[in-house]
Amino acid sequence: MTETIKTDCLIIGAGPVGLFAVFELGLLDIRAHVVDILDKIGGQCAELYPEKPIYDIPGFPTVTGQGLIDNLMKQIEPFGPTFHLNEMVAEMQSLGTPTAPLFRVKTNADTIFEAKTILIAAGGGSFQPKKPPIPEIETYERESVYYAVRKIETFRGRSVLIVGGGDSALDWTLNLAPVAKRVTLMHRRDDFRAAPHSVEQMRALVRDGAMDLRIGQATKLEGQNGRLEKVLCRDNDGGEFAVECDAMLPFFGLTMKLGPIADWGLSLHENLIPADTEKFETSVPGIFAIGDINTYPGKLKLILSGFHEGALAAQKVQRYVYPDRRVTFQYTTSSTSLQKKLGVA
Amino acid sequence: MAKIQFIDFGGTARTVEAEPGSTVMEAAIKNGVPGIEAECGGACACATCHVYIEPDWQEKVGAPSSMEEDMLDFAYDVRPNSRLACQITVNTDLDGLTVRTPEKQA
Ligand SMILES: Cc1cc2nc3c(=O)[nH]c(=O)nc-3n(C[C@H](O)[C@H](O)[C@H](O)COP(=O)(O)OP(=O)(O)OC[C@H]3O[C@@H](n4cnc5c(N)ncnc54)[C@H](O)[C@@H]3O)c2cc1C
Ligand code: FES
Repeated sequence: MTETIKTDCLIIGAGPVGLFAVFELGLLDIRAHVVDILDKIGGQCAELYPEKPIYDIPGFPTVTGQGLIDNLMKQIEPFGPTFHLNEMVAEMQSLGTPTAPLFRVKTNADTIFEAKTILIAAGGGSFQPKKPPIPEIETYERESVYYAVRKIETFRGRSVLIVGGGDSALDWTLNLAPVAKRVTLMHRRDDFRAAPHSVEQMRALVRDGAMDLRIGQATKLEGQNGRLEKVLCRDNDGGEFAVECDAMLPFFGLTMKLGPIADWGLSLHENLIPADTEKFETSVPGIFAIGDINTYPGKLKLILSGFHEGALAAQKVQRYVYPDRRVTFQYTTSSTSLQKKLGVA
Repeated sequence: MAKIQFIDFGGTARTVEAEPGSTVMEAAIKNGVPGIEAECGGACACATCHVYIEPDWQEKVGAPSSMEEDMLDFAYDVRPNSRLACQITVNTDLDGLTVRTPEKQA
């Protein structure tokens, strides 16, 4: 039985909007825990476009996706948020009342939180592996097709076909080659996005006859009762070939899906969570939705809008966490009490 | 203006007008052409604007850049005439361009 983590505010999503909310909450003495299914912080900015410039962050004529995240991390450092990465928020149970909310939240890694408030900053949803649209691929997902490696042992002694040309595909090719009976790496072209040294290592294994490299794309899966036997493929000149294998690992990048939050009983509108525009609260008091995940009349999916939403939501979170506090409005420029919290006074 | 023709997987053709300087993806989205999703809005970050260039247009349209090739790795059923529509800028030379949309965007 794991220990329950008690917190004033649980933030779902470590994208730019969740990160800035840590800052706004911190100024109000509210410490947060942040959960993200990715193994890194930064949401879409870090995962989808780390090197691309953004031109519409106020005060930054240009900043890259990763640059913005690095700066946000610096900005929220005084508030020491606790990050729980590689975990997807799954179940939620309400234990409180509308005026004194309390929620029990569980992740897919069985971490349990008891949170007075929840900020859903889940963006386009949790990042999940993209499934290549090969006919009937679902039939094989239980026994033969995997989108991630959880345990290397699963692949011991098996014939594994790895598909893709990025770092995940190459890293797992190198890691599984010594364990599996045979590893075949297949990619649509003889050119790889992955780090050059992994590509070199892979080519060395191919030269030594320790694994196979095929250039082509999977078109059909064959097997029985959910057990894969071979994958039919097409090369770039239209020629066909088959790879015999009993396990397949396709790495086609990530897509975003709302996931388990859809079953929390919140009002939803086309997979977005409606929120009011005064405090960005959802249909459940104490649960807020900020950033790309929410919707309201006039909503713009911009980072700057998400920052504003987080600032307003934090004010209402404060009402729940410190119901008796007299609320005063202060500027970071001039308030010594805020500056103390930021560690600059 | 340049005319761009989109032929979907079922064979239905739709012709739209595109402004020089805009992209083939933008022409599709503006006119509600089905078969192109363009989730990332043209940042070459999603591969859901995948199209096949008709063979007689391939030379004029040209080959993808290396960044686009990397992104094409995420598309499904990539062929030698595959391109990402958001990376093709329309000019008057492309008046009459015909592209086909795939069965599925990945
Ligand atoms: C290519 C591209 C270019 C862009 N350019 C701009 C631009 O120039 N200017 C601009 O303002 N915006 C731009 N955007 C949009 C901007 O990136 C988004 O508005 C912003 O990332 C939204 O931030 P967020 O924190 O709400 O969500 P996200 O960045 O989507 O982060 C949400 C996080 O929540 C996690 N998550 C979701 N559900 C769960 C769960 N159940 N459990 C655990 N974790 C979960 C996800 O894994 C993700 O990491 C661009 C987007 C793209 C793709
Ligand atoms: S619109 Fe996303 S890659 Fe073209």
